[in-house]
Amino acid sequence: MIKAILIFNNHGKPRLIRFYQYFAEDMQQQIVRETFHLVSKRDDNVCNFLEGGSLIGGSDYKLIYRHYATLYFVFCVDSSESELGILDLIQVFVETLDKCFENVCELDLIFHMDKVHYILQEVVMGGMVLETNMNEIVAQVEVQNRMEKSEGGLSAAPARAVSAVKNMNLPEIPRNINIGDINIKVPSLSPF
Amino acid sequence: MSPSVALQEMIRAIRSARTQCEERGVIQRECAAIRAQFRQADNGGRSHNLAKLLYVHMLGYPAHFGQMECVRMIASPHYSEKRVGYLGAMMLLDEKQDASLLITNSIKNDLSHSNQYVQSLALCTLACMGSAEMCRDLAPEIDRLLRGTNSYIKKKAALCAVHIVRKVQDLGELFAPAARSLLSEKNHGVLYGAVVLITELCAWNPETLELFRKTVPDLVQIMKGLVISGYSPEHDVAGVSDPFLQVRILRLLRILGRNNEAASDAMNDLLAQVATNTDSTKTVGNAVLYETVLTVLDIKSESGLRILAVNILGRFLLNNDRNIRYIAMTCLQKIVGTDHNAVQRHRGTIVDCLKDQDASVKRRALELSLALVSASNIRSMMKELLLFLSSCPPDLRAEAGSGIFNAAERYAPSQRWHIDTILHVLTTAGGDMRDETVPNLIQLITNASELHCYTVHKLYRALLTDISQQPLVQVACWCIGEYGDLLLRGECQETEPVQVTEDDVLDALETVLQSHMSSPATRAFALTATMKLSTRITDNVDRIRSIVSIYGSCIDVELQQRAVEYNALFKKYDHMRAAVLERMPVIERNSPGHTNGVSVGEAVKEIQPAEVKQGLLQQNANQVCDLLDLLGGSEEPVQPSLAQSSTAPGMSVNTASTAGGDLLDLLGGLEPTPHAPAPTLTAYEKHGVTLTLSCEKQSDSGLTVTLTASNSTDSDISSFTLQAAVPKSVQLHMKAPSGDSLPARGTAKVTQMVVVNNPNKVKLKMRLRISYTRQGSAFQDTVQIDSFPEVSTAGH
Repeated sequence: MIKAILIFNNHGKPRLIRFYQYFAEDMQQQIVRETFHLVSKRDDNVCNFLEGGSLIGGSDYKLIYRHYATLYFVFCVDSSESELGILDLIQVFVETLDKCFENVCELDLIFHMDKVHYILQEVVMGGMVLETNMNEIVAQVEVQNRMEKSEGGLSAAPARAVSAVKNMNLPEIPRNINIGDINIKVPSLSPF
Repeated sequence: MSPSVALQEMIRAIRSARTQCEERGVIQRECAAIRAQFRQADNGGRSHNLAKLLYVHMLGYPAHFGQMECVRMIASPHYSEKRVGYLGAMMLLDEKQDASLLITNSIKNDLSHSNQYVQSLALCTLACMGSAEMCRDLAPEIDRLLRGTNSYIKKKAALCAVHIVRKVQDLGELFAPAARSLLSEKNHGVLYGAVVLITELCAWNPETLELFRKTVPDLVQIMKGLVISGYSPEHDVAGVSDPFLQVRILRLLRILGRNNEAASDAMNDLLAQVATNTDSTKTVGNAVLYETVLTVLDIKSESGLRILAVNILGRFLLNNDRNIRYIAMTCLQKIVGTDHNAVQRHRGTIVDCLKDQDASVKRRALELSLALVSASNIRSMMKELLLFLSSCPPDLRAEAGSGIFNAAERYAPSQRWHIDTILHVLTTAGGDMRDETVPNLIQLITNASELHCYTVHKLYRALLTDISQQPLVQVACWCIGEYGDLLLRGECQETEPVQVTEDDVLDALETVLQSHMSSPATRAFALTATMKLSTRITDNVDRIRSIVSIYGSCIDVELQQRAVEYNALFKKYDHMRAAVLERMPVIERNSPGHTNGVSVGEAVKEIQPAEVKQGLLQQNANQVCDLLDLLGGSEEPVQPSLAQSSTAPGMSVNTASTAGGDLLDLLGGLEPTPHAPAPTLTAYEKHGVTLTLSCEKQSDSGLTVTLTASNSTDSDISSFTLQAAVPKSVQLHMKAPSGDSLPARGTAKVTQMVVVNNPNKVKLKMRLRISYTRQGSAFQDTVQIDSFPEVSTAGH
């Protein structure tokens, strides 16, 4: 069983935390800090397995982690999961994120935290591995996103209009119009 | 309305905060706004508020006020709101909170929703935080979904069932039939879920395990399909077809085949096939191979397959990838108990891994090395382990140290080696050792009486170099106090003697007393040692008196008490001082220890209750230096009355125990023998040669005497012969001896049986002549045995 999935950056700021066993909130933060502490000390060419820290639950639990650029993906698992299998699972998860977000980077994870959760829900459920086929996962996530968008209905329209206008590329409005000896100053309009 | 827009603005605001304080301010404002929004009844933008709250929760700020909002959102008809509501429930709620009960009804409704994605949300939430009551309520629903047609839902329902079974074991029976039928699915996701479910069911209920054993052929079929089939693009991961499913099935096969011949037979072919066909150049292939190896070693597989498995592990160990080496060692750890020899073959590689930079690999190598220590490789392994100890990371030190102590205790080839090893450990990593090492070491030292001189010299030198390692300093002080006279004598056979004066010794002890590095316990040791020296040295007693009186006003209560008492010893009770401070007796050891011939503390003079033993007390006249009258193989030694244990100076008090190892268990402390073996008697013990004798009554007048000889010196003995003579009316028949050479250090013994017939029942006496050659010169000796231990009728 997977006990927890943590994603944090090189400075220890959490980008996604998901616990499959109940911990109080301050305990959760402490676990994140302790895990960061353990994982950041590791060199880059050592093995990806760590015996767990004292907080996350004792001798049966291992931390399996992978370091991608600025992010650490850490899965805390017990002995019923195959270690190499979990390493592959992390790879599958990251590739899925890549497909869903198109060249995923840390900012995507920051600003779309809820979407990352939904993708994760398709991969791991209740601490157990659910689906490992990347295409299947991506397909399901797309369908659900479409459903959510289509549900927006009427109430979504003004919001969409606003965002549409914001993204419109309006040509630059000249500030000063000089025609011969007439000088017109164009007042600046407040942006939408 | 999509929740992300407002969420992103908030995230931007939080990120632009430059200090922790600013961030807290931003978040507090946002939370206040969210709370206000929640209180409003109907609100278009509910979902984005909850999303913001979840983000804040991830950063570590309290978010419990969102729990009721989650409940409300779950009940909403909109998918987007349901989605966030369920996510919030999984993050914020758990079965201990009251709000979780309120969502039971919503989950129930959603499980029968027309939209499969809503169903999946409900299933997901139930699997994450479903309490036992919820599980009981909803189990029939899950079962119904398992039998449905939608594969997307079926795979989620399978995992949900796993969670239910974990919470409420009885419901396992409910799911067993459905799980069985799921095995015929084509969809890999569902198949995977089914295998996990069956694994879980088998773990909880042995009857279910029996039931599922019948599915082994089906599982084998599925695996064959995966392994042999050609390239299938949708399941392929780096050349292996759905490795996750393969690994799961292998794990299930392992559980089903354990302790069951029939099932194991059915799997043998398949396992061999997987082991040979899988490509091991990529991690995925290695994952499958690893799982195969674990399965082969756990079930009742045939020997050829086991050898194949261990070879694969050997290959893993030599792999450059540290991950592979790590898991290979994890696997070897599991089988080191059962297939010890197979693992021993790889000892060299494992010991090399001790030097690896990676801390995880080091830890695994340490555990495995400690498990592989045995009597034959103790010296070389200890060298490696000590080297490791000097360079190992601090969190492994305590474990390494205690492992080394255990190994040394069990397999030490000689006492001197044992003491050396422990000293080495204390000097390198003394600070990390546990507290009981000090008394253990002291006990060991007292028992090795011939090594007292050597030990005290070594410890004195160690004390001069470094007084920071507390356990070492404590032991050193104790030894100097106890054996200070040996140190001052300035002569030592085993090591370079040190020319010390009494002042030097007292200086050393005083340094320890005054140093700020010494813990209170250490200072107490030093003070007592100083006091003990007052009887062992001649000139500087005044100096000792002054030291002791200074500490009479020390702040530390323990030291003060000791100093005051010692002062009293000097003043009022000076006549008792010598008696109080004399050498301590050998300390008794309670735990069994040794498999080698050198015993510790068993050299006990037992005052045996009357019976036949009176005659044996005469043996004192015959150079038998101790009475190992372990008549009937007594167990944990009776309380020793030991004051005279130093009767045989220079001779190790335990040589007699090396004899009779195989015939009669004299060292009852090791394996308490429930029955009374034939009584034994040490007939002769001189120059390292020991002869013991045991008798067995064959008939009314017949007696079989078995003589066992052994050699505890360092050189071999050859041409060992025995001649016996008995009184005239007694008939004697000597059988052929088992051999005539006695190798050094008691590694082998010579036995000879003598049949004695005593029809006239005269008092049986026997004179034995012993002759042998040692180091080129011949020895001869005679011993008379005046009374024989009879097999007593009443037990001991």
